[in-house]
Amino acid sequence: MIDKLSWVAAYPEILLMTMACVIALVDLAVKTPLRGVTYGLTLLTLGVIALLQGLAASSGNTVYGFGGMIVSDPMGNWLKCFASIAMMVTFVYGRAYSGQRDMLRGGELFSLGMFALLGMFVMISSHHFLVIYLGLELLTLSSYALVALRRDDVKATEAAMKYFVLGALASGFLLYGLSMVYGATGSLNLTEVMLTIAGGGDTLVGSPQVLTLGLVFVVAGLAFKLGVVPFHMWVPDVYHGAPTAITLMIGGAPKLAAFAIVIRLLVEGLQPLAVDWQQMLAVLSVMSLLVGNLAAIAQSNLKRMLAFSTIAQMGFMLLGLLAGVVQGDTGNMANAYGSSMFYVVTYVLTTLGTFGVILLLSRSGFESDNISDLAGLNQRSPLYAGVMAICMFSLAGVPPLVGFYAKLAVLQALLASSGAFYVGLAVFAVIMSLIGAFYYLRVIKIMYFDAPTQTADIEAGLDARSVLSINGLLVLVLGIVPGGLMTLCAQAVAHLFA
Amino acid sequence: MGLLSLAIWTPIFFGVVLLALGRDDQAHVVRWIALVGAIAGLAVTVPLYTGFELGTAAMQFVEKRAWIENFNVNYHLGVDGISLWLVLLTAFINVVVVVASWESITSRVNQYMGAFLILSGLMIGVFSAQDAMLFYVFFEATLIPMYLIIGIWGGPNKIYAAFKFFLYTLLGSLLMLVALIYLYTQSGGSFALADWYRLPLGGTAQTLLFFAFFAAFAVKVPMWPVHTWLPDVHVEAPTGGSAVLAAIMLKLGAYGFLRFSLPILPDAAHEWAWLMIALSLVAVIYVGLVAMVQQDMKKLVAYSSVAHMGFVTLGFFVFSDLGVSGAIVQMIAHGFVSAAMFLGIGVLYDRVHSREIADYGGVVNTMPKFAAFALLFTMANCGLPGTAGFVGEWMVILAAVKANFWIGLLAASALIFGAAYSLWMYKRVYLGSVGNDNVKALVDINAREFLVLGVLALAVLYMGVYPKPFTDVMDASVAELLRHVAISKLN
Repeated sequence: MIDKLSWVAAYPEILLMTMACVIALVDLAVKTPLRGVTYGLTLLTLGVIALLQGLAASSGNTVYGFGGMIVSDPMGNWLKCFASIAMMVTFVYGRAYSGQRDMLRGGELFSLGMFALLGMFVMISSHHFLVIYLGLELLTLSSYALVALRRDDVKATEAAMKYFVLGALASGFLLYGLSMVYGATGSLNLTEVMLTIAGGGDTLVGSPQVLTLGLVFVVAGLAFKLGVVPFHMWVPDVYHGAPTAITLMIGGAPKLAAFAIVIRLLVEGLQPLAVDWQQMLAVLSVMSLLVGNLAAIAQSNLKRMLAFSTIAQMGFMLLGLLAGVVQGDTGNMANAYGSSMFYVVTYVLTTLGTFGVILLLSRSGFESDNISDLAGLNQRSPLYAGVMAICMFSLAGVPPLVGFYAKLAVLQALLASSGAFYVGLAVFAVIMSLIGAFYYLRVIKIMYFDAPTQTADIEAGLDARSVLSINGLLVLVLGIVPGGLMTLCAQAVAHLFA
Repeated sequence: MGLLSLAIWTPIFFGVVLLALGRDDQAHVVRWIALVGAIAGLAVTVPLYTGFELGTAAMQFVEKRAWIENFNVNYHLGVDGISLWLVLLTAFINVVVVVASWESITSRVNQYMGAFLILSGLMIGVFSAQDAMLFYVFFEATLIPMYLIIGIWGGPNKIYAAFKFFLYTLLGSLLMLVALIYLYTQSGGSFALADWYRLPLGGTAQTLLFFAFFAAFAVKVPMWPVHTWLPDVHVEAPTGGSAVLAAIMLKLGAYGFLRFSLPILPDAAHEWAWLMIALSLVAVIYVGLVAMVQQDMKKLVAYSSVAHMGFVTLGFFVFSDLGVSGAIVQMIAHGFVSAAMFLGIGVLYDRVHSREIADYGGVVNTMPKFAAFALLFTMANCGLPGTAGFVGEWMVILAAVKANFWIGLLAASALIFGAAYSLWMYKRVYLGSVGNDNVKALVDINAREFLVLGVLALAVLYMGVYPKPFTDVMDASVAELLRHVAISKLN
């Protein structure tokens, strides 16, 4: 079963796992408070992996391994490349913060983070129900532990508990749904499942009702992981309760993996049922846009506000997935799913910037996670205020920032399917982004128009400061020249149907 | 790099340099850099005028490069007779604003000047974009610097004004975005304006698109009844912000009607012309009356801006050569006059820190030079022959009379209201005996202020006496535009 190609397809995961173990061992000998060696090794590993993934993605090859259980294709490679970079950036931003909060007593932050990334890799590469589940569990188990890393902090422990209970429930949903789909199709391999369903009554082993019911559970499980309404309850609490560095670790890179399993399961596996799941996603996204945007207005805590904003943003991203198959016509698929991928990639980039600012502004005993803590930031540090403002304008979808093109791409995918229903959805999404603009603008108002309430000097390492500058600049530059990344996403997704 | 790119990116480059300076303990250096940037920005637009070829409606100084290949969006620039003067006006007003804000802005000077320079480049981008998506990006991006200008350097109620400005205009433009994407899919994947002019469209689609564009442009112009943001914003914005807002930003909306609504949707434009004319007349007459009762000088000028822009939209929707040309002339004239009016109020505000008409009286006794300038601009504001304000309004009224006598009559009656509120304000602020100690202590304008107002006064007089350079440029393009409007797109 294990042939040469399997190694080619799985080497990033293997490399990552090996290095995670090596780094965990090396860390035993590290005594410095900020774990310099562990930190350096982790960044080096992630950098190398990101580079290798980028190279693999550029080659445009699709390789299946382990009897079709995993796949290495351009979409997966790009997502893994971006996820590694996002994780690197998370470590850079979060290191000082974690050090001040006694989270670097051991090197667990780094090894758990790498295992979480490994989980994401497995999810992204999976081409098989069980592998998807395996990756998902690896990611979420590491995340539970990471949230609870500050074990003497009541809020963090509570958040970890909530995250665990609801996450386990979601995994249960997903597993239940997958087992029903298995019952109906008799296969766990995505391609075989797709062919069996496409064959209709002749090839199905179980009843179509079981299949549809299974689909409902699968979508519910995915919705939990994406954090869309009505499966969003954990998002604000976990975002708020977890130490900010961990919030970023949960809210950043894993969104890429969540997007990947949505594509793998719904598009690659259950594409013949697109009419059914598109309806479900439509409901989820409309509710997320509504609840996320309205609830965000009422928040005074920045992390909670960003949590609700995430819910709304994920709702917007789902809109792109709705327009792939219209009345059996699959012509719009690459366009629609490519737009969602672009949305999620740029969303992660922007999220890194916003949480990066929060992380760099916090210091020992001060979390800087209330919106009012940002008051007058422009007078204290034009750089941080500038990065935050760029990210907020981007999330609000104002050109020329990258968030605008993400929304443009999704709206374009919706309108390309030219049904009255889709035009209605587009108008609704647009009105919701207007409401969204209000709370993003409020953050900018507080930073630029209000007088400072904090007077402490803002200290941050050179590494974090330069990465943050690059991060903010990228949001702007990708807004001025978005063509490259857009083409990249469209082509990566197009390979799925080649 | 073409001339238009230079015109757009020169001020933006200097603006970014100013922002990158970070600190503003070197305010003096910052001001000089800003001035150099603004003058450089104006200088690179001069060849656009000298090299402009008259008598053709084709786009000139065209630049075209692929920008977002995935969506077939191009970095496609060009100017014709309609946009040329708006580009020049933008670069010119930018210099005026930088000089006018020299002393009145003392905090965070680099961000203030940077925002204005970037704003100026973005607005030139709006006027020269030949690709709908490029247009939209520039159009929307202008919100960011303006929001910050109002919010940081504005008056006591600045936050309300900044939010109102941003959200009001964002709502309109988001609906336009949906319309743009719809046209993109209908045209088989093109954002080029030239392609859209040829695109056949059904009646219902045209009507829906017309109102989507209306939402964006009418808010920006602003037309009655979506004008309510303008007085609030003008009152709170700093002087320079008000001047740029009135002189240029309002023209973005009017320009949008010319570039999008009229030629892309000719049938809907004809069908709904009655509504547009009615709304324009309401703006001209009713808002003119509203202006008369204002107690606050800035509010008064803001309402008068709405009334003057009513002439512009009226001129567009009578669909005649004279009307459209008159409207464009009025746009440029209003650019000079409204900027001058707001800068004049700024001169008084810098000294007395009040915009209430009642706080003044007899200013002519202590500031004779300034009062002379103010008289000229007030006269231009009420459309006295020989000033810039007269030419456009007269052309529009003439066109309106030709189209329908009653429309012309109503429009013409507005000149009386214009004269009434302008002159009455002048009387209350400048004439009579010295009103109070504040006025007694006033010092006449210094050389810098004299320079700014003097240059604007020259522009106002020149345009009033000899408008030919302005109308010559636009003739061919207006004729071409009307040719598009005359062809039905219904199949």
